[in-house]
Parts: sequence; C-alpha cells; structure tokens
Amino acid sequence: MSAVRVAQPSVSADRWSPATLMPPWWRLYPSRILTFWLVELRKIRHDRTELYTRAVQPVLWLLIFGETFSRIRAIPTPPGISYLAYLSPGIMAQSALFIAIFFGIQIIWERDSGILTKLMATPTPRLALISGKAFAAGVRSVSQVVVILVLSAILQIHFNWNPLHLLGVAAAVVLGAAFFSCLSMTIAGIVLHRERLMGVGQAITMPLFFASNALYPVKVMPGWLQGLSAANPMSYEVDALRGMLLGTPTALPLDFGVLAVAVVAGVAAAAALLPRLAR
Amino acid sequence: MTAEIGLPEGAPPDGRQLPVACTDLRVSFGTVQAVDGVSFSIAPGEVFGLLGPNGAGKTTTIRVLTTLIRADSGAVSVFGYDTRTAAMLVRHLIGYLPQQLSADFQLTGYENVWLFARLFDLPRQQRDQRIREVLAAMGLDDVRERLVSTYSGGMVRRLELAQALVNRPALLVLDEPTIGLDPLARGDVWERVSELREETGMTVLLTTHYMEEADTLCERIALMHHGRIRSQGTPAELKARLGPGATLDDVFRHDVGTAIEDEEMTGGGRDVRRTRRTAQRLG
Repeated sequence: MSAVRVAQPSVSADRWSPATLMPPWWRLYPSRILTFWLVELRKIRHDRTELYTRAVQPVLWLLIFGETFSRIRAIPTPPGISYLAYLSPGIMAQSALFIAIFFGIQIIWERDSGILTKLMATPTPRLALISGKAFAAGVRSVSQVVVILVLSAILQIHFNWNPLHLLGVAAAVVLGAAFFSCLSMTIAGIVLHRERLMGVGQAITMPLFFASNALYPVKVMPGWLQGLSAANPMSYEVDALRGMLLGTPTALPLDFGVLAVAVVAGVAAAAALLPRLAR
Repeated sequence: MTAEIGLPEGAPPDGRQLPVACTDLRVSFGTVQAVDGVSFSIAPGEVFGLLGPNGAGKTTTIRVLTTLIRADSGAVSVFGYDTRTAAMLVRHLIGYLPQQLSADFQLTGYENVWLFARLFDLPRQQRDQRIREVLAAMGLDDVRERLVSTYSGGMVRRLELAQALVNRPALLVLDEPTIGLDPLARGDVWERVSELREETGMTVLLTTHYMEEADTLCERIALMHHGRIRSQGTPAELKARLGPGATLDDVFRHDVGTAIEDEEMTGGGRDVRRTRRTAQRLG
C-alpha cells in the first residue's frame, strides 16, 4: 500500500463526479454553440470560395431582377421606398435561407463520413449539438448580410445605418438561418439520404421564398397564399429586416417572438430525429 | 510526457469497477436481430478484441457501449456507469474511433483536436498543452497547422487517435482502426496503440478483420457471428482448442464456418449461401 494508492480514492471521487466533468446546462449550451461557431469561422477562413460564390446570387437578384422590376413598377411599395430598397431585405433573408438549407445536406455528409457519430459520442447533448449547428448556419449567413449591405450602399439605397439596427438585422438573419437549418436537418433525419434531401430541399426552398413577403407585399397575394405567408417564419424575418432597415411599420416584438419560437421548435424537432442519423 | 496522455489522475471511479460489463445485450433494427444476447466483460488494462465477419454485430455492440444507440434489452456499463442512465459520464470516460476516416478535412490537424478538447470541456488553461501533447505522441507535431485534406490515410487515422485521446479516456474504443490503410500505415497505427498501452495501461476495446493483428495485440478475444458470441478467450486458448499449429484464422473459419452450416440446415439467409458460393468459387 503505497501513499499514492491510498491517495487515489479521494482524488478520483473528485475527478469523476458529474459536477467536475460537466458544466451546468446554462454554461454547457452557450459553450457548445460558441464551439461550433468558432469551427465554422475557421472553416470559412480556410476556404473562402463559398463566401464568394454565395455572394453572386444576391447580387444577380438585386441587379437583374431588382433593376428590371423597378422599371416595370408592377409591385406596389410603401410610399417613399423604391422597389430596389423594398427588395433588398427580402434578398437578404432569401440568401440566408439558401445557405441554411445546405446544413441538412452537410449533416448527412457528416453522418456518412463518421464525423457525426464521433460528435455524438462526446458529452454533448443532442439539443446542444443541433443548436451549435443551427447557429453555425447563422454565422455563415451573416456574411450575406454584409454583401447585401455593401451592395445597397453602392446602389445608394437609403437604409437606416444605425449600428443598433444593423445589429438587430444580424440577429434576425441569424435566427432565420438557425430555423431553416433546423428545418433542413429535420428533413435530413427523415429522409436520411443526400439525394432525397436535395430533392426535398429544392421543393421547399422555392415555396418558402415565394410564399413570403420577400419579393412583394402580402396584400397582392390571393387569400390562400396570404394564409401560407402568415405561417411562414420567412415573412416575419423579412418584416423585421424591412422595419429596421427601411423604417416600414412593423411589429418587431411579434417578428422576433415568432422567429425565436420557430428556432426552439426547429431545434427540438431536429434533435428528436438525430438518433435516426446515428444508426 | 506521454504518461500525461493516459489515465486521468486516479483511475476512474475507484479502480474496482470493470471497464466494460455487458450482459445479455439485444438490439434489433426492424426485423433484423443485429445483436442477439451478447455478454462479455473487459478487465482493467486489458486489450479486448471483438472479431467477426461483416454484419456480425460488432459495430452495433460498440454503438450501444458509446451511448449512440439504445439496446432493446440487456445492459452495458462502463466503469460501473450504466450507458442508459449515465450516458454523459460514460462519454467522458471513452475515447472513440469510428470505422470511417472521420476527421474534418476542412480544418487543420490542430483544430480537429481543439474541437474535441472543447467538446470534452477541458479547462482553457490546459487545452493548448494537452492538444500539443497528443499530437506529438501521434507524431503529428510538425503537420499540425496543415489542413487535414493534405494528410495521408495513415496520418488521418493517427490524428483521430489524437482526437480520441485528448480527454484522457479510461477506455479507448477502436472500431476497425486499420480498415482501408496500406500495410505500412496499419503497422504504424498498431505501433502507436501498443506504445500507448505500455505507457498508460489504458483499457482498449477494438474490432478488426485482420486476425494476425488481433493475435499479436489482443489479450482476450470474443468471436461474434450473427449477433452472438461464438467463442471467447485468450488467443492461445482459442487456438489450442483446434489442436497444435492452428492460427486465429483457423479459429475464425471454424466458428463462422460451423455457423454457416447451422444456418443452411435451418434454411438460413440468402446472403449466407451467396458467401458460401463465393467461397467455393474461390476454392
């Protein structure tokens, strides 16, 4: 019986108690989300191609679609707001949506390559893992916010450049991206295969985009579409963005409330289906 | 220095609990009974090999043990902690290497290990030092800032070992650690595992297809087929059953071959017959 042996139990009892190993949940969740955030930032830093290629689409939407429809004057906009200005928050939300939908494909790819299995074997609760992924989608979509803000400045669109408003804009886009990535990861948990998910992804992104107020005001839609739009978190996201950037009348608490509830529901749904991907 | 990588201060929980105790484990996927009443235990410091053909239920057993899936019945405990009720603690005790090459190719070697250091809640002050230690132990010190996409297969596998070791696991679980590697890289991986074992006395559970490797590395072996353990013992014991000069390959063929006969008597699966046809064709 050496001194070392005698000392062991007390040391180990301490080292292996749940309290020593696991931080409390209110520190665990932010810590995991921050981890996936930082990982996403490093990936972006290593490979910027996606950043550049992703920037092309919103530029085309604004320059081609936006400029053309500005001339046609087919879409009624609030007084004093050009169609281009009206459109750009919608394109901001849309390009974040396209990025977020990719995350379901990414989680299937991570599953096929064994990365997901390994992540799930770490002391990371499923809810924390999904939250981390969801907010990583948010980080990526913020890059689109920057692209569109810069482009809008060049096009001389009159935004409200109040930093607080811009922070709110980033928050709304992050929440929106978090929700849509959860939607995508939920579908991934159902269909389990990349090919099928690509099909479903294509099939849902367009309706999410068109059955929202991103391109045109809800007023011009037929009644049934207005109903769809009211149930579409995208509409609330765009509504919040327009309110903060253009000063159009909005109910920001309602917008952010709906987005927050949607994120919570999305995280719960995707986390519930995650074990299917672990098999 | 390498001792730092091994067991955490004070063996987990009190050194008296078995690293793995698995009793009458059953797991089914739909109508397929993947694991059908498996029982085994691993002693502290032991290298235990779970062998068997594809679809034998090895990986499913490991997935229950690593808390990734739940068993239909039976129980697995890791150092006395039940994998169902104390999943998070069990995960803290295990270092896990899945079958596929699962490092993130979009990150550097250092960042891959850093991710796991964070996910295992290593204190910030210790993180960097620990990451460098495990990378050095796996011989990846000078390539740590390179993207993993530039690594060779063997380097990726060593990096994954570093990832699995960063939390100083008490039990290392290696699922087909050398699959798809060339003989040189395979030898390298086993060398690192052996070194690690000698220096830390860590308990290791591994699965492999390569019988000679299992023979030299494992202290005890369980041979699985169709979700059941066909035989269990030290490599010497298993070989002795078949008489002098028998290899572990012979044991494998004997146990699995017998099972195929059984299956055919009861009108077993088509894939079994197909395997047999292939075997006949190959002579």
